[in-house]
Amino acid sequence: MPSTFPSLLLEHAARRPTAAALREKDFGIWQTLDWQSLAALVRALACGLAEAGLARGQHLVVVGENRPRLYAAMLAAQSLGAVPVPLYQDAVAGEFVFPVTNAEVTMAIVEDQEQVDKMLEVRATCPFLGRIWYDDPRGLRHYDEAGLAPLEALIAAGGAADRERPAFFDAEVAKTAPDDVAALFFTSGTTGHPKGVVHTHATLIDRAAAGARFDKLTEREEVLAYLPPAWVGQNIFSYAQWLVCGYVVNCPESASTVTIDLKEIGPTYYFAPPRVFEGLLTTVMIRMEDAGRIKRGLFHRCMALARRVGPRLMDGQPVAWADRLRYALGNLLVYGPLRNTLGFSRVRVAYTAGEAIGPDLFTFYRSIGINLKQLYGSTETAVFVCLQPDHEARADTVGVPIEGVEIRVSDSGEVLVRSKGLLREYYKNPAATAEVLTPEGWYHTGDAGFLDAGGHLKIIDRVKDVGRLMGGANDGALFAPKYVENKLKFFAHIKEAVAFGDKRETVCAFINIDMEAVGNWAERRNLPYAGYTDLAQKREVYELIRECVEKVNADLSADAMLAGSQISRFLVLHKELDADDGELTRTRKVRRGYIAERYRILVDAMYGGKTRQYVETAVKFEDGRDGMVAADLVIADARTFSALGKAA
Amino acid sequence: MRKTGDVVLDVRNISLSFGGVRALSDISFDVREHEIRAIVGPNGAGKSSMLNCINGVYQPQQGTIALRGRTFRHMNSRQVAEMGVARTFQNLALFKGMSVLDNLMTGRNLKMRSNLFMQALRLGPAQREESEQRVFVERIIDFLEIQPYRKTPVGRMPYGLQKRVDLGRALAMEPQLLLLDEPMAGMNVEEKQDMSRFILDVNDEFGTTIVLIEHDMGVVMDISDRVVVLDYGRKIGDGSPEEVRNDADVISAYLGTAH
Repeated sequence: MPSTFPSLLLEHAARRPTAAALREKDFGIWQTLDWQSLAALVRALACGLAEAGLARGQHLVVVGENRPRLYAAMLAAQSLGAVPVPLYQDAVAGEFVFPVTNAEVTMAIVEDQEQVDKMLEVRATCPFLGRIWYDDPRGLRHYDEAGLAPLEALIAAGGAADRERPAFFDAEVAKTAPDDVAALFFTSGTTGHPKGVVHTHATLIDRAAAGARFDKLTEREEVLAYLPPAWVGQNIFSYAQWLVCGYVVNCPESASTVTIDLKEIGPTYYFAPPRVFEGLLTTVMIRMEDAGRIKRGLFHRCMALARRVGPRLMDGQPVAWADRLRYALGNLLVYGPLRNTLGFSRVRVAYTAGEAIGPDLFTFYRSIGINLKQLYGSTETAVFVCLQPDHEARADTVGVPIEGVEIRVSDSGEVLVRSKGLLREYYKNPAATAEVLTPEGWYHTGDAGFLDAGGHLKIIDRVKDVGRLMGGANDGALFAPKYVENKLKFFAHIKEAVAFGDKRETVCAFINIDMEAVGNWAERRNLPYAGYTDLAQKREVYELIRECVEKVNADLSADAMLAGSQISRFLVLHKELDADDGELTRTRKVRRGYIAERYRILVDAMYGGKTRQYVETAVKFEDGRDGMVAADLVIADARTFSALGKAA
Repeated sequence: MRKTGDVVLDVRNISLSFGGVRALSDISFDVREHEIRAIVGPNGAGKSSMLNCINGVYQPQQGTIALRGRTFRHMNSRQVAEMGVARTFQNLALFKGMSVLDNLMTGRNLKMRSNLFMQALRLGPAQREESEQRVFVERIIDFLEIQPYRKTPVGRMPYGLQKRVDLGRALAMEPQLLLLDEPMAGMNVEEKQDMSRFILDVNDEFGTTIVLIEHDMGVVMDISDRVVVLDYGRKIGDGSPEEVRNDADVISAYLGTAH
């Protein structure tokens, strides 16, 4: 097998020149780019970039949604031995400054006016960022900034250069070795500056191929690329594995049409973080509430059967013939049409990862016949560490180590990984590299977990977040904040939760309600509200959330180790936690420390026993302007249970 | 920056009455190629009547309107449309039960050569023509960023989006002169910003001349090149937003005078 991304591309172009490589929905129609046209485009782009002065080892920033020409740009950079640096397209300009400076980026290829504006803003502090090309010219006609040009100009210049020196491109591709750096991914990081994770062609291709063999992926798969290309997961699923397997990657029309495009494409291999599956389920449930009584009755009957029988069928366990027959009928009437509406008719393998998934949510998808599984990995491990085999999917584990992976749990309970897919280093950060990579090649994941009896890996929390309560009735008890937060987030009404308790007497929590679910719930009860802030502070909403919190407490009380982590007080925040305000990472993980600092007044009020607290918060709107949100927040108490399960 | 050209629409001494009610008296102003021209005024000032005169819906009793040098006093809406004038409506004029796509396709009807019979039975060139028109409509859908709603019945969409579809229907006619009747009425701040951006983009990308009626002074001042101010059917101001804002008559019409 060819061992670099450009050589994989050239192999596909030679072997299956007219097979589809990429599709993009443009002006309402799916336009196909085949392998030979893609190779020609990459060739022109690479020659153009070389003309512009992009040299071996230099970095090229690529920012935008999933677009065929941006994928081609990444391949073009790799063809020259240069390194593409994909950045998150929804980041604000300030967040680009560090990566651009850190990687000494002189050129960028971006999607549209929005990204151009941000790059020009970045250039004010990073003057070495000389050249910027854009894919979509809309709104850019009047820009006459130096070094700014449409991508067409680069392709045309590259075409001319290629005609002059026809041997140049192939020679450059041949010069690129498997151990050369292939990409630089900046991890959002829950603390401090982002770190640039350096991966080579060999590391990415090794893991992509191992994952493909595990699930027997072929060149006939269809994938919808809709998550940020800067995230390593999207990069593996729609770039590394795409080139390894040669399947078709489909780019949706825009972020707001993903559900429609999903249905039209009907992917066979699908990845989504739990929040996407959760969003889909919420939509289904809301629409079922609005359906007629007969349909609703049929749906609930069939779903009860599916919950009982579906997962057993998926796991290949014995099921009575009568149940099989009933399930087949349910499949005809409900499950099949539902899978079709969700766009999952053809899904053979679906994965979720990144966050814990609620058992109800996980079971729902498996029960209607979608092969949803979990995996474990990170940017540093090129994703594939543990995967769940087809018949062994569980909500509370993340699968077994796959080929080429060794796993060890350290004395402190941390999971250590060794494989050929580990990062080479953090870019220009030997101290950080030494912290996570041992000389023997073990990578410290920072996750606390263990291997269960069946050989499946189980993750509890981040090692550094696991804390202890101090003083009070539960002195010294274990406190795993993420574990508690996840239990809260499994309720449809709760979108985010932040738990506090390390070195404190009790556990308290901030809650973000799910606007769609709670808004709908309020409408059904004729409860008027003006917006998020207003709805969040309704007495009825507090009662609703209190019920959820108390259920979590009852659940936690059954676990001897974590009974002390029960939530004694909570409040519903007046604004949604947002990555633009730095409260979440770009992959939507809560930055607990930052939130505790930013809302110190609220944390103090909760532990100080107050029942109300006025708060003002600066927010950043989507268009980049700043504003203020103010509210008088209610702080509520929740019932906790003794470890035996009785009310305290 | 944008350059405005020759006069494309010249309104001279227009007077319009409904029985004893004088809606417009002796109004004159002109619109230059490529500009965004606003007509503002308090309720009942005669803004919509003015637009209806330009559009050929009302026939003014006195005065003339010249479109690209062609003077006319009596003209019906179809003739006006054929001369490249399109408009949107304050209260929307969309087919609520039809999809966004179909609504926009109706805007292309003037451009089709096949007749009703051929279109109904998909005879002869009708089908090919329809795909040609669809390409154009898709560009508008892309331009107005309403891709997720292609197949959604217009009646089920939020009001702000319906306004956008109404604009799209007018754009489907490839107008040279676009008349917008209160494009921001009933919108929230964010929707108003979006609409302002689309109006500026239409003007910029397609080079369309725009005459717009608006209530919201803030929006008008931000996006128009020149402003006409009406009050009780009379013209009380005309000039750049800056000039109009500092005009004593305009201030008294909007804020009242101190006695």
